[in-house]
Amino acid sequence: MKIAIIDYGAGNIKSIQFALQRLGYKGILTSDVKEIKLADKVIFPGVGEASSAMQKLRDSGLDNLIPTLTQPVLGICLGMQLLCNGTEEGTTKGIGIFNIDVIKFSSQVKVPQIGWNTISNLKTGLFSEISENEFMYTVNSFFAPLCDNTIAETDYNGNYSAALKKDNFYGVQFHPEKSGNSGEKILENFLKL
Amino acid sequence: MALTKRIIPCLDIKNGRTVKGINFINLRDAGDPVELAKLYSEEGADELVFLDISATEERRKTLADLVLSVASTINIPFTVGGGISSVQDVAVLLQNGADKVSINSSAVKRPDLINELAGTFGSQCIVVAIDAKKINDQWIVHLVGGKVPTKLNLFDWAKEVESRGAGEILFTSMDNDGTKDGFANEALSKLSEMINIPIIASGGAGKITHFTDTFIKGKADAALAASVFHFKEIGIQTLKKELATAGVSVRL
Repeated sequence: MKIAIIDYGAGNIKSIQFALQRLGYKGILTSDVKEIKLADKVIFPGVGEASSAMQKLRDSGLDNLIPTLTQPVLGICLGMQLLCNGTEEGTTKGIGIFNIDVIKFSSQVKVPQIGWNTISNLKTGLFSEISENEFMYTVNSFFAPLCDNTIAETDYNGNYSAALKKDNFYGVQFHPEKSGNSGEKILENFLKL
Repeated sequence: MALTKRIIPCLDIKNGRTVKGINFINLRDAGDPVELAKLYSEEGADELVFLDISATEERRKTLADLVLSVASTINIPFTVGGGISSVQDVAVLLQNGADKVSINSSAVKRPDLINELAGTFGSQCIVVAIDAKKINDQWIVHLVGGKVPTKLNLFDWAKEVESRGAGEILFTSMDNDGTKDGFANEALSKLSEMINIPIIASGGAGKITHFTDTFIKGKADAALAASVFHFKEIGIQTLKKELATAGVSVRL
């Protein structure tokens, strides 16, 4: 299986490669359009600031490539947020797969949210063999509200989309590569889709 | 459920090895930070902090190599600190798989570093560590592991650090550190009320109730400790179960 991890200079992507390695898979870090197109699975990571990440995607033409992909694609953290219509962070226009706008947490809670929180209302094979209220490691200041694409929820000052799905596109707000064995199981489920 | 409180063991690293006579009978090599990290992760630690205290020429390379092997082995987040003073230092550590970096003296010496790091890598991976000591009823920020006093007041500096884009504050009370008499909960709770980013409590852990107190009275988001875990005085699972019984939300 060919697994492409989109490398557009956005943060800690080695961890995803290592997680795949622990599962017995090899992920290739790449920004090459052809290589990404030919992959069986595509992982779209991202940590950092939305507008500069989006700019990097535009600079490499990856913003046009991503919506044309037909194999399973998994956006992680900021990767998921960039797959939405847009985000309040730097008033950034997103790739527009998921029909929702990403907004900032209220200052009634600590921002960023950092730590382990639970996921619930789990839907689709992405969460196969994952129990309701399993803990996932999450770091975010912005979130996607609940919408038609929501396939998992997390409560931080109200429920938001912990995961989204539309057609072949999946997105998770938490970091499966940093969420212990259950997180690795979610990555494995994705690879088996 | 909601976001849980975090338990963070801290490992001091010198020349790629753990320091402080760590007393683990079931480890092949107790000086190997990777083995220790794996053990803590299996015991239920929520995160780890590696604090590099080496002072050699090759320290950056050794630390980068260590980060790479930790990242390939464990599947929970970890922070790396010690001697980080530039965007380039941070880039290497994050590229090698660190989730967050912690800066301390370098931020006091040049506060713009916080803005530069947050702007380049995002606030979420920038932890600012603050060591402070109470002098004449004022919490004064100290450098060099608490040896050198500055003119900065803890609360003013914390506020500034937040406004410059830090994602978390790791507050060590030098008065409590090593005492095993509990965390500086009064200062922690004041910090937590003033600041809207997460606060990690450090310094003073000796028994389980100290953790309960720092979460409830100190309003800390996470608690960091070293020797009580290294010397097995407190087991992480036992600690988390007792915290849960006391009504503190933890990951079990």
